[in-house]
Amino acid sequence: MRETDFIYILAMAGVTYLVRMLPLVLLKKEITNRFLRSFLYYVPYACLAAMTVPAVFFATTYVLGAAVGFFVALFLSYREKSLLVVALAACAAVFVTERIIEMVL
Amino acid sequence: MFRKGLRDGIPIGLGYLAVSFAFGMMAAEGGIPVLEATLISAMNVTSAGQFAGLEIILTGGTVLEMMLTQLVINLRYSLMSVSLSQKLDRSVKFGHRFLIACGVTDEIFGIASTQPGKIKASYVYGAMCVAIPGWVCGTALGAAAGSVLPGFLTSALSVAIYGMFLAIIIPPAKKDRAVLFVVLLAMGISCAFTFLPVLNRVSTGFVIIITAVLVSALAAILRPIPAEGEEAP
Repeated sequence: MRETDFIYILAMAGVTYLVRMLPLVLLKKEITNRFLRSFLYYVPYACLAAMTVPAVFFATTYVLGAAVGFFVALFLSYREKSLLVVALAACAAVFVTERIIEMVL
Repeated sequence: MFRKGLRDGIPIGLGYLAVSFAFGMMAAEGGIPVLEATLISAMNVTSAGQFAGLEIILTGGTVLEMMLTQLVINLRYSLMSVSLSQKLDRSVKFGHRFLIACGVTDEIFGIASTQPGKIKASYVYGAMCVAIPGWVCGTALGAAAGSVLPGFLTSALSVAIYGMFLAIIIPPAKKDRAVLFVVLLAMGISCAFTFLPVLNRVSTGFVIIITAVLVSALAAILRPIPAEGEEAP
Protein backbone atom coordinates (compact mmCIF):
# COMPACT_ATOMS: atom_id res chain seq x y z
CA MET A 1 0.00 0.00 0.00
CA ARG A 2 1.20 3.48 -0.78
CA GLU A 3 1.46 5.52 2.40
CA THR A 4 -0.34 8.52 0.92
CA ASP A 5 -3.31 6.29 0.11
CA PHE A 6 -3.85 5.74 3.80
CA ILE A 7 -4.22 9.48 4.43
CA TYR A 8 -6.90 9.61 1.73
CA ILE A 9 -8.72 6.64 3.22
CA LEU A 10 -8.60 8.16 6.70
CA ALA A 11 -9.93 11.50 5.44
CA MET A 12 -12.65 9.72 3.53
CA ALA A 13 -13.73 7.51 6.42
CA GLY A 14 -13.57 10.36 8.94
CA VAL A 15 -15.91 12.64 6.99
CA THR A 16 -18.26 9.78 6.16
CA TYR A 17 -18.52 8.71 9.80
CA LEU A 18 -19.07 12.26 11.10
CA VAL A 19 -22.01 13.00 8.78
CA ARG A 20 -23.64 9.79 9.97
CA MET A 21 -22.82 10.04 13.65
CA LEU A 22 -23.41 13.70 14.58
CA PRO A 23 -27.19 13.87 13.98
CA LEU A 24 -27.76 10.50 15.67
CA VAL A 25 -25.85 11.45 18.79
CA LEU A 26 -26.87 15.10 19.05
CA LEU A 27 -30.59 14.62 18.44
CA LYS A 28 -31.83 12.52 21.30
CA LYS A 29 -35.01 14.47 21.98
CA GLU A 30 -38.21 13.83 20.14
CA ILE A 31 -38.96 16.46 17.51
CA THR A 32 -42.45 17.85 18.16
CA ASN A 33 -42.73 20.29 15.29
CA ARG A 34 -45.38 18.90 12.97
CA PHE A 35 -43.79 20.14 9.77
CA LEU A 36 -40.41 18.64 10.68
CA ARG A 37 -41.98 15.33 11.68
CA SER A 38 -43.86 15.15 8.40
CA PHE A 39 -40.75 16.14 6.49
CA LEU A 40 -38.72 13.36 8.11
CA TYR A 41 -41.52 10.87 7.49
CA TYR A 42 -41.26 11.50 3.74
CA VAL A 43 -37.44 11.68 3.48
CA PRO A 44 -36.73 7.93 3.12
CA TYR A 45 -39.25 7.53 0.30
CA ALA A 46 -37.90 10.55 -1.55
CA CYS A 47 -34.28 9.42 -1.10
CA LEU A 48 -34.82 5.85 -2.25
CA ALA A 49 -37.01 6.90 -5.20
CA ALA A 50 -34.45 9.46 -6.37
CA MET A 51 -31.64 6.92 -6.07
CA THR A 52 -33.51 4.27 -8.05
CA VAL A 53 -34.71 6.28 -11.05
CA PRO A 54 -32.98 6.82 -13.41
CA ALA A 55 -29.81 5.14 -11.99
CA VAL A 56 -31.25 1.63 -12.36
CA PHE A 57 -31.40 2.00 -16.14
CA PHE A 58 -27.65 2.54 -16.38
CA ALA A 59 -26.63 -0.23 -13.99
CA THR A 60 -26.59 -3.07 -16.53
CA THR A 61 -24.95 -3.84 -19.85
CA TYR A 62 -28.14 -3.11 -21.82
CA VAL A 63 -30.69 -0.46 -20.90
CA LEU A 64 -33.45 -2.82 -22.07
CA GLY A 65 -32.27 -5.49 -19.63
CA ALA A 66 -32.45 -3.01 -16.77
CA ALA A 67 -35.87 -1.82 -17.93
CA VAL A 68 -37.29 -5.34 -17.84
CA GLY A 69 -35.72 -5.91 -14.41
CA PHE A 70 -37.18 -2.62 -13.22
CA PHE A 71 -40.71 -3.49 -14.29
CA VAL A 72 -40.50 -7.00 -12.85
CA ALA A 73 -39.38 -5.49 -9.54
CA LEU A 74 -42.14 -2.88 -9.75
CA PHE A 75 -44.79 -5.53 -10.34
CA LEU A 76 -43.59 -7.84 -7.54
CA SER A 77 -43.24 -4.91 -5.12
CA TYR A 78 -46.81 -3.94 -5.94
CA ARG A 79 -47.84 -7.48 -5.04
CA GLU A 80 -45.94 -6.90 -1.77
CA LYS A 81 -43.38 -9.67 -2.18
CA SER A 82 -40.41 -9.70 0.23
CA LEU A 83 -37.20 -7.71 -0.39
CA LEU A 84 -35.21 -10.84 -1.25
CA VAL A 85 -37.80 -12.17 -3.73
CA VAL A 86 -38.06 -8.81 -5.50
CA ALA A 87 -34.28 -8.35 -5.66
CA LEU A 88 -33.55 -11.85 -6.96
CA ALA A 89 -36.41 -11.79 -9.48
CA ALA A 90 -35.11 -8.49 -10.84
CA CYS A 91 -31.62 -10.00 -11.26
CA ALA A 92 -33.08 -13.07 -12.98
CA ALA A 93 -35.15 -10.89 -15.32
CA VAL A 94 -32.08 -8.89 -16.32
CA PHE A 95 -30.08 -12.06 -16.86
CA VAL A 96 -32.71 -13.66 -19.11
CA THR A 97 -33.39 -10.46 -21.06
CA GLU A 98 -29.72 -9.84 -21.73
CA ARG A 99 -29.18 -13.42 -22.90
CA ILE A 100 -32.06 -12.99 -25.35
CA ILE A 101 -30.67 -9.67 -26.57
CA GLU A 102 -27.27 -11.25 -27.21
CA MET A 103 -28.84 -14.15 -29.07
CA VAL A 104 -30.74 -11.77 -31.33
CA LEU A 105 -27.82 -9.39 -31.95
CA MET B 1 -35.50 -7.68 17.04
CA PHE B 2 -31.92 -8.79 16.32
CA ARG B 3 -33.11 -11.82 14.34
CA LYS B 4 -35.60 -9.76 12.36
CA GLY B 5 -32.76 -7.40 11.53
CA LEU B 6 -30.63 -10.34 10.41
CA ARG B 7 -33.41 -11.62 8.16
CA ASP B 8 -34.15 -8.22 6.62
CA GLY B 9 -30.43 -7.72 6.17
CA ILE B 10 -29.98 -10.77 3.92
CA PRO B 11 -31.17 -9.18 0.66
CA ILE B 12 -29.08 -6.12 1.53
CA GLY B 13 -26.01 -8.28 2.09
CA LEU B 14 -26.58 -10.02 -1.23
CA GLY B 15 -27.06 -6.77 -3.07
CA TYR B 16 -23.94 -5.37 -1.41
CA LEU B 17 -21.96 -8.40 -2.46
CA ALA B 18 -22.73 -7.55 -6.08
CA VAL B 19 -22.14 -3.81 -5.85
CA SER B 20 -18.95 -4.06 -3.79
CA PHE B 21 -17.68 -6.76 -6.11
CA ALA B 22 -17.80 -4.16 -8.86
CA PHE B 23 -15.99 -1.71 -6.59
CA GLY B 24 -13.26 -4.26 -5.82
CA MET B 25 -12.81 -4.94 -9.52
CA MET B 26 -12.43 -1.26 -10.34
CA ALA B 27 -9.97 -0.72 -7.51
CA ALA B 28 -7.85 -3.66 -8.66
CA GLU B 29 -7.88 -2.39 -12.22
CA GLY B 30 -6.56 0.93 -10.92
CA GLY B 31 -3.68 -0.85 -9.20
CA ILE B 32 -5.01 -0.72 -5.63
CA PRO B 33 -3.95 -3.81 -3.63
CA VAL B 34 -6.69 -6.20 -2.45
CA LEU B 35 -6.08 -5.41 1.21
CA GLU B 36 -6.31 -1.68 0.64
CA ALA B 37 -9.54 -1.97 -1.37
CA THR B 38 -11.02 -4.11 1.40
CA LEU B 39 -9.91 -1.59 4.01
CA ILE B 40 -11.66 1.22 2.13
CA SER B 41 -14.91 -0.77 2.14
CA ALA B 42 -14.64 -1.75 5.80
CA MET B 43 -14.03 1.84 6.89
CA ASN B 44 -16.60 3.57 4.70
CA VAL B 45 -19.47 1.26 3.75
CA THR B 46 -20.84 3.71 1.20
CA SER B 47 -21.20 2.95 -2.49
CA ALA B 48 -21.34 6.31 -4.25
CA GLY B 49 -18.79 7.83 -1.86
CA GLN B 50 -16.30 5.04 -2.39
CA PHE B 51 -16.54 5.07 -6.16
CA ALA B 52 -15.92 8.82 -6.11
CA GLY B 53 -13.13 8.43 -3.54
CA LEU B 54 -11.43 5.77 -5.61
CA GLU B 55 -11.46 8.12 -8.57
CA ILE B 56 -9.74 10.80 -6.48
CA ILE B 57 -7.06 8.42 -5.20
CA LEU B 58 -6.37 7.12 -8.70
CA THR B 59 -6.24 10.54 -10.33
CA GLY B 60 -4.16 12.01 -7.51
CA GLY B 61 -6.64 14.62 -6.26
CA THR B 62 -6.00 16.51 -3.04
CA VAL B 63 -7.05 15.39 0.44
CA LEU B 64 -9.25 18.48 0.70
CA GLU B 65 -10.99 17.49 -2.51
CA MET B 66 -11.51 14.04 -1.05
CA MET B 67 -13.09 15.44 2.11
CA LEU B 68 -15.37 17.86 0.24
CA THR B 69 -16.51 15.19 -2.20
CA GLN B 70 -17.34 12.79 0.62
CA LEU B 71 -19.14 15.55 2.47
CA VAL B 72 -21.34 16.36 -0.50
CA ILE B 73 -22.04 12.81 -1.60
CA ASN B 74 -22.65 11.53 1.91
CA LEU B 75 -24.48 14.51 3.37
CA ARG B 76 -27.69 12.60 2.67
CA TYR B 77 -26.68 10.30 5.53
CA SER B 78 -27.11 13.25 7.89
CA LEU B 79 -30.66 13.59 6.70
CA MET B 80 -31.15 9.88 7.26
CA SER B 81 -29.52 10.02 10.69
CA VAL B 82 -31.85 12.84 11.72
CA SER B 83 -34.77 10.73 10.58
CA LEU B 84 -33.36 7.64 12.30
CA SER B 85 -32.76 9.55 15.55
CA GLN B 86 -36.55 9.95 15.73
CA LYS B 87 -37.22 6.36 14.82
CA LEU B 88 -34.98 4.84 17.49
CA ASP B 89 -36.56 3.93 20.80
CA ARG B 90 -35.90 6.65 23.40
CA SER B 91 -34.18 4.06 25.60
CA VAL B 92 -31.36 3.56 23.07
CA LYS B 93 -28.25 4.74 24.94
CA PHE B 94 -25.57 7.16 23.84
CA GLY B 95 -22.92 4.51 23.23
CA HIS B 96 -25.20 2.56 20.95
CA ARG B 97 -25.77 5.60 18.80
CA PHE B 98 -22.05 5.85 18.00
CA LEU B 99 -22.12 2.24 16.83
CA ILE B 100 -25.42 2.48 14.94
CA ALA B 101 -23.93 5.43 13.05
CA CYS B 102 -21.54 3.01 11.32
CA GLY B 103 -24.57 1.28 9.82
CA VAL B 104 -26.36 4.29 8.36
CA THR B 105 -26.41 3.30 4.69
CA ASP B 106 -29.15 3.91 2.15
CA GLU B 107 -30.39 0.35 2.43
CA ILE B 108 -30.16 -0.25 6.19
CA PHE B 109 -31.78 3.12 6.70
CA GLY B 110 -34.45 2.07 4.21
CA ILE B 111 -35.49 -1.04 6.10
CA ALA B 112 -35.05 0.50 9.56
CA SER B 113 -37.03 3.65 8.88
CA THR B 114 -39.95 1.85 7.29
CA GLN B 115 -40.46 -0.57 10.19
CA PRO B 116 -43.75 0.03 12.00
CA GLY B 117 -43.33 1.90 15.30
CA LYS B 118 -40.07 2.53 17.13
CA ILE B 119 -37.03 0.34 16.61
CA LYS B 120 -34.39 -0.95 19.01
CA ALA B 121 -30.64 -0.85 18.47
CA SER B 122 -30.63 -4.65 18.09
CA TYR B 123 -32.66 -4.43 14.86
CA VAL B 124 -30.04 -2.21 13.24
CA TYR B 125 -27.22 -4.41 14.59
CA GLY B 126 -28.88 -7.48 13.07
CA ALA B 127 -29.02 -5.86 9.64
CA MET B 128 -25.44 -4.56 10.01
CA CYS B 129 -24.19 -8.06 10.88
CA VAL B 130 -25.22 -9.37 7.47
CA ALA B 131 -24.91 -6.29 5.31
CA ILE B 132 -21.44 -5.05 6.29
CA PRO B 133 -19.68 -8.44 5.90
CA GLY B 134 -21.41 -8.68 2.51
CA TRP B 135 -19.97 -5.31 1.54
CA VAL B 136 -16.45 -6.09 2.78
CA CYS B 137 -16.28 -9.65 1.43
CA GLY B 138 -17.66 -8.58 -1.94
CA THR B 139 -14.90 -6.00 -2.24
CA ALA B 140 -12.18 -8.51 -1.36
CA LEU B 141 -13.58 -11.05 -3.81
CA GLY B 142 -13.97 -8.48 -6.57
CA ALA B 143 -10.45 -7.15 -6.11
CA ALA B 144 -8.93 -10.62 -5.90
CA ALA B 145 -10.83 -12.38 -8.63
CA GLY B 146 -12.72 -9.75 -10.56
CA SER B 147 -11.95 -11.24 -13.90
CA VAL B 148 -13.24 -14.68 -12.88
CA LEU B 149 -16.90 -13.67 -12.74
CA PRO B 150 -18.20 -13.08 -16.25
CA GLY B 151 -19.64 -9.66 -17.09
CA PHE B 152 -23.15 -10.92 -17.74
CA LEU B 153 -23.41 -12.08 -14.11
CA THR B 154 -22.24 -8.78 -12.62
CA SER B 155 -24.64 -6.97 -14.94
CA ALA B 156 -27.60 -8.97 -13.63
CA LEU B 157 -26.49 -8.67 -9.99
CA SER B 158 -26.20 -4.91 -10.20
CA VAL B 159 -29.99 -4.39 -10.21
CA ALA B 160 -30.42 -6.25 -6.89
CA ILE B 161 -30.06 -3.07 -4.90
CA TYR B 162 -32.70 -1.23 -6.95
CA GLY B 163 -35.13 -4.13 -6.72
CA MET B 164 -34.76 -3.86 -3.00
CA PHE B 165 -35.41 -0.12 -2.99
CA LEU B 166 -38.61 -0.66 -4.94
CA ALA B 167 -39.74 -3.39 -2.55
CA ILE B 168 -39.32 -0.86 0.27
CA ILE B 169 -41.11 2.13 -1.27
CA ILE B 170 -43.87 0.65 -3.44
CA PRO B 171 -46.09 -1.08 -0.82
CA PRO B 172 -46.51 2.11 1.28
CA ALA B 173 -47.02 4.13 -1.91
CA LYS B 174 -49.93 1.85 -2.72
CA LYS B 175 -51.65 2.62 0.56
CA ASP B 176 -50.81 6.29 1.00
CA ARG B 177 -51.39 8.73 -1.85
CA ALA B 178 -48.98 11.23 -0.31
CA VAL B 179 -46.15 8.67 -0.40
CA LEU B 180 -47.01 7.86 -4.02
CA PHE B 181 -46.78 11.58 -4.81
CA VAL B 182 -43.40 11.77 -3.06
CA VAL B 183 -42.05 8.73 -4.93
CA LEU B 184 -43.18 9.89 -8.37
CA LEU B 185 -42.05 13.48 -7.92
CA ALA B 186 -38.66 12.40 -6.55
CA MET B 187 -38.13 10.11 -9.54
CA GLY B 188 -39.12 12.94 -11.90
CA ILE B 189 -36.78 15.48 -10.35
CA SER B 190 -33.90 13.04 -10.25
CA CYS B 191 -34.46 12.34 -13.97
CA ALA B 192 -34.46 16.06 -14.67
CA PHE B 193 -31.07 16.34 -12.94
CA THR B 194 -29.73 13.50 -15.05
CA PHE B 195 -30.97 14.50 -18.47
CA LEU B 196 -31.43 18.27 -18.62
CA PRO B 197 -28.47 20.45 -19.60
CA VAL B 198 -26.85 22.48 -16.80
CA LEU B 199 -28.78 20.46 -14.18
CA ASN B 200 -26.86 17.33 -15.19
CA ARG B 201 -23.64 18.90 -13.95
CA VAL B 202 -24.79 18.62 -10.34
CA SER B 203 -23.11 15.68 -8.59
CA THR B 204 -25.16 12.62 -7.61
CA GLY B 205 -24.86 13.27 -3.89
CA PHE B 206 -26.25 16.77 -4.26
CA VAL B 207 -29.06 15.58 -6.53
CA ILE B 208 -30.29 13.23 -3.83
CA ILE B 209 -30.08 15.89 -1.13
CA ILE B 210 -31.84 18.54 -3.24
CA THR B 211 -34.53 16.13 -4.38
CA ALA B 212 -35.19 14.71 -0.93
CA VAL B 213 -35.40 18.14 0.71
CA LEU B 214 -37.62 19.69 -1.99
CA VAL B 215 -40.04 16.80 -2.30
CA SER B 216 -40.30 16.00 1.42
CA ALA B 217 -40.84 19.66 2.29
CA LEU B 218 -43.55 19.99 -0.33
CA ALA B 219 -45.29 16.83 0.86
CA ALA B 220 -44.99 17.96 4.48
CA ILE B 221 -46.73 21.24 3.61
CA LEU B 222 -49.45 19.66 1.47
CA ARG B 223 -50.03 16.57 3.58
CA PRO B 224 -48.67 16.85 7.13
CA ILE B 225 -48.83 13.61 9.08
CA PRO B 226 -51.25 13.53 12.02
CA ALA B 227 -50.08 15.43 15.12
CA GLU B 228 -48.26 13.69 17.93
CA GLY B 229 -50.27 11.14 19.87
CA GLU B 230 -52.32 10.11 16.88
CA GLU B 231 -51.25 7.10 14.84
CA ALA B 232 -48.97 7.74 11.89
CA PRO B 233 -50.72 7.13 8.55
